[in-house]
Amino acid sequence: MKIAVCVSLVPDSTTKVKIGSSGKSIDENGVTFILNPYDEYAVEEAVQLKEKSGAETYAISFGSDRSKEAIKKAYQMGIEKGILIKANSDDYDSYTVAKNLADALNELKPDLIFFGKQSIDFDGMAIPGMVATLLNLPFVNVVTKLDVNRNEVTAEREIEGGKEIIVSALPAIIGAQKGLNNPRYPNLKSIMASKSKPIEEKNSTYSGNKTEVISMNLPPAKGKGKILENGAESAAELVKLLRDEAKII
Amino acid sequence: MSKENYKGVDYYLLDELFTEDEKAIRDTVRDFVNNEVLPIIEKYNQDMKFPIQLVPLMAEMGLFGPNIPEQYGGMGANNIVYGLIMQELERGDSGIRSFASVQTSLVMYPIFTFGSEEQKQYWLPKLASAEKIGCFGLTEPDFGSNPGGMITKAEEVDGGYLINGAKMWITNGTIADVAVVWAKLNGKVKGFLVEKGTQGFSAPEMKGKLSLRASVTSELVFEDCFIPKENILPNSGGLKSPLMCLTQARYGIAWGTVGLAMECYSTVLEYTKSRIQFGKPVAQFQITQEKLAYMVTEITKAQLLCYRLGQLKDGGTMRPQHVSMAKRNSCEIAKNIASMAREMLGANGILDEYPIMRHLNNIESVKTYEGTHEMQTLILGEDVTGLPAFQ
Repeated sequence: MKIAVCVSLVPDSTTKVKIGSSGKSIDENGVTFILNPYDEYAVEEAVQLKEKSGAETYAISFGSDRSKEAIKKAYQMGIEKGILIKANSDDYDSYTVAKNLADALNELKPDLIFFGKQSIDFDGMAIPGMVATLLNLPFVNVVTKLDVNRNEVTAEREIEGGKEIIVSALPAIIGAQKGLNNPRYPNLKSIMASKSKPIEEKNSTYSGNKTEVISMNLPPAKGKGKILENGAESAAELVKLLRDEAKII
Repeated sequence: MSKENYKGVDYYLLDELFTEDEKAIRDTVRDFVNNEVLPIIEKYNQDMKFPIQLVPLMAEMGLFGPNIPEQYGGMGANNIVYGLIMQELERGDSGIRSFASVQTSLVMYPIFTFGSEEQKQYWLPKLASAEKIGCFGLTEPDFGSNPGGMITKAEEVDGGYLINGAKMWITNGTIADVAVVWAKLNGKVKGFLVEKGTQGFSAPEMKGKLSLRASVTSELVFEDCFIPKENILPNSGGLKSPLMCLTQARYGIAWGTVGLAMECYSTVLEYTKSRIQFGKPVAQFQITQEKLAYMVTEITKAQLLCYRLGQLKDGGTMRPQHVSMAKRNSCEIAKNIASMAREMLGANGILDEYPIMRHLNNIESVKTYEGTHEMQTLILGEDVTGLPAFQ
């Protein structure tokens, strides 16, 4: 069995985002980049399947050289091979990422493809579904439990107020949700070994974006709070302010 | 310190000196401490329990014997890596770091250094994987700083040795599968491996500690305890052998207590910036800034001292006295910083909502164990004058 995990590098979740000088992207100065946390569940699931049944495992990422860090982290957790599809520029949208991944996956022909359910940078939740459409493969997202048999998978996914159980033929695409497993802490030995493991580099096969970022803005700063200081006597004024100024009642 | 925001303390851009491996390993251990240690440690500390469930996880990560060669189950990592692991673990809790220190520096190291090939083959992989837990018995009720005066003795008998005596202040004693015990054989100090369950050997846990509460501390009692001939550490000889082990342990403490200081400083920095008194953050008062400046300066100096010590250790030119200087310095500044941090947090400083009081209590032990502050001072004093004060 061949398993591919699509991984992305995202700003650390504690990053205080600043807008860059172009006004169309974030200022990356001082930002620490990490493997997308949901991708960790995807990687862990692939590694567990490898340990159970000896599957061949790949981590694939689209982006700049920096994205090699995401592949290295996947190596540290136990993935064996890595492919970086090098972006032609820093300006790419979800479709460009999906198309490039789909082209590479089409060549690799894995039996099972994992994604994190979303990346925590743009939170678009778009790419796994686009890849599934481009490859015409079944896709189950937000998966919290997975059983893999020879030719099919049984996936449990979260739905509003309950669970949905889906059986799908392979090949299939699975979007990993928190709870699918407990991602391991990389072992010291695999951390040391990951550095010298080669990463295959591929050229980008598509670069025509379908969307364009016009501008990027931070949410407006929170206004100052108002404190009414006369206890119960302020009740009438409070109601008036809530109705006329805040317009919430 | 809220775990999400902790970025370490790196005022002098030391990260530029660390290799990619060293940083990646440190950050992995930091994640482990953030996710597994910090959420539970206050409760375990209050309950006076060691969180033993963390041990298999630490073993899987390779945190026991990282600097032991791979053929014996270690990782073959350098000593900067070992130091950074200790730094991160002690940022979590001195008890967690103590467990790892003992397993690596006081059990795996003596077996690796003084053991027979059979002992190494048998014990080291089991200790690295934490299938077996170890402890180290040197200190006695009446012999602490002066271990050469030990009363515990071994007597040669048919097929082995009979050990009689008692050890005290032994980390991991009660939970250990094997004790590295130092006893006098015909007047000369030798190391012995005493396995759990050996007749005449017991390891009751010491109670009533107000420090290192999340760590097991025990007595080891030997009453005509027979151990087979093959359990002697054949290449040990004289007091120098256990002292060599202590040098290893002190190396880990030197790094570890910097981690403790980093956590206290980070906590108090965040607190004083958000705590408003007299209409401005407490951090804006000169009296606070003087303390913060002291803390970050001392942490930076200690980090540089440890880093250089690691280079000397890896280069084979480190002397035990170098380690004494770092152990003495790190513990001293960590204790000062923890104590200042407690004051700067005001009444909040005594609550278990913050890690400060636990660290302050722990550093009281760490400053004393594996060679007291005073003994490190006298070791340095002797080294620079050539005149021993304690002989």
